[in-house]
Amino acid sequence: MKRNRREFLKLAGLGGVVFASGLGNLGCAATGMVGKNGADDDFYFVQLSDSHWGFEGPPNPDAKGTLRKAVAAVNNLSEPPDFIVFTGDLTHTTDDPKERRRRLAEFREIVADLKVQNIHFMPGEHDASLDKGEAYREFFGNTHYTFDHKGVHFIVLDNVSDPAARLGDEQMAWLAADLMKQPTDARIVVFTHRPLFDLYPQWDWATRDGAKAIELLMPHTNVTVFYGHIHQENHHMTGHIAHHSAKSLIFPLPAPGSQPKRAPLPWDPAQPYRGLGFRDVEAEVQKAEYVLTELPVQKG
Amino acid sequence: MKRKTFRLCGAVTVLAVSLGAVSTAYVAAAQPAEQVIKVTAKKFVFMPNVIQLKQGVPVVLEFTTEDVLMGFNAPDLGVRADIVPGKVTRLRIVPGKTGSFTFFCDIFCGSGHEEMTGTITVVG
Repeated sequence: MKRNRREFLKLAGLGGVVFASGLGNLGCAATGMVGKNGADDDFYFVQLSDSHWGFEGPPNPDAKGTLRKAVAAVNNLSEPPDFIVFTGDLTHTTDDPKERRRRLAEFREIVADLKVQNIHFMPGEHDASLDKGEAYREFFGNTHYTFDHKGVHFIVLDNVSDPAARLGDEQMAWLAADLMKQPTDARIVVFTHRPLFDLYPQWDWATRDGAKAIELLMPHTNVTVFYGHIHQENHHMTGHIAHHSAKSLIFPLPAPGSQPKRAPLPWDPAQPYRGLGFRDVEAEVQKAEYVLTELPVQKG
Repeated sequence: MKRKTFRLCGAVTVLAVSLGAVSTAYVAAAQPAEQVIKVTAKKFVFMPNVIQLKQGVPVVLEFTTEDVLMGFNAPDLGVRADIVPGKVTRLRIVPGKTGSFTFFCDIFCGSGHEEMTGTITVVG
C-alpha cells in the first residue's frame, strides 16, 4: 500500500529525491514492534519546516502564498500521512511581542486548513528566542515533549528557547530520564530545530550543548534525528545516528561554507519556489529504514 | 577566589585564552603593554566589525554592549564570550594561525541578529 503511494509520487513527478536512511537492526522481534505481517505497522509522516510566516523580501516574492501552497500540496497527497511535524521557525522573528503573536496566530490559522490535524509543532529561534518561548507556548504548548506512534518513540527537543542555543541542564536531565525508560534497541526519532551536531558553527549551525544530547542518545541503537534551521537538505551521521535537515518554505540558504555569508539564495523567476519544499518520511519497519522523499511546494 | 580575581582585574571580567598552535592558556591580568581593542556590540553590529591581528602577538579584545545580552563567537579561533550589559568582557587572544576568520553574535538578540557578523584577519 505504502509502496504504491511512493511509486505514485514518482510517477506523478513529485518525488524529487528519495533517500533511504538505514536504521540498522531494529530488533523488532525483541521489542514486539512489528505486527504479524510486518508491513501493517509501516506508516509515513510529513515534515515541514521554516515557513517564517511574516517574512517579506526579494528572496521570496510569494512569501504570503508559499505556506498556503505547501498546505495545499500536503492535502493533495495521494494518501494522508499519519501525522505532520513542523520543525520550527513557524514565524519570522520580530522585536514586537504583539506582532509575534499576530504572526503565530496567522500561522495557526493557515495550518488549520491541513486535512490531517495530527500535527506536532516545535519552535525555532525566530519563534522563541526573544521571549524564551513565552508567546509560542501560548499558541502551541510545550516546547519539548515526547509522543509514541506505532512502536516508535518520538522526542521533541527545544534548542531555541534559550537564545544561546542550548538545551540546558533541565531539559538534558529530562531527556536522560526519558531515555532511561527506553530499551537500548527502541526505535527513537528526535525532532528538533537546530542541528544537534556542529554542522557549520561559523554560521551558527549548531547547538551549543548538542554533543551532550548526542552522547545521551548514543547508547540507543536506533536513533534518527530530523531537524530544520538550515533551509536545505543535509544528511549527516554521528556514529550510528543519522541527522536529516529539511528544506524551508520561505527561501533556501547556501550549502555550509559555500560562500562568505549565510545569505538567502536569490529567487529565480524562471524557477519559482526552487529549493523550497517538504518531506515525506516513510517508516519501513521490516526493512529497518526510513525512506525520505523530497516534495516541491508547487509541481514544476 | 572571587576576591583575588577582583583584586587582579577590578570590575573587569577577564577571559584569557590562546589560539591555534599557541597551546598555552592561562588566566591572568592583561599586561599593560598589550594592545587593547575596544569592540562595542549593539543591535545589530559589532564596531569595529573588521579586526586585524598579527600572528603570535597577544591582544585583548574589550567588549561592551549598549543594549541587550550579546555573544562573541569566532569558531575558527576557538573563542567565545558573553557580552553582558553593564560589564566589560575582556578576551585575551594570541593568534596562532594566519587567515581570515568569521565572528558573529551567538546569542539571538533581535530581528537583525543574523547579520551581526565580522571578520578577524590574522597576518604573519
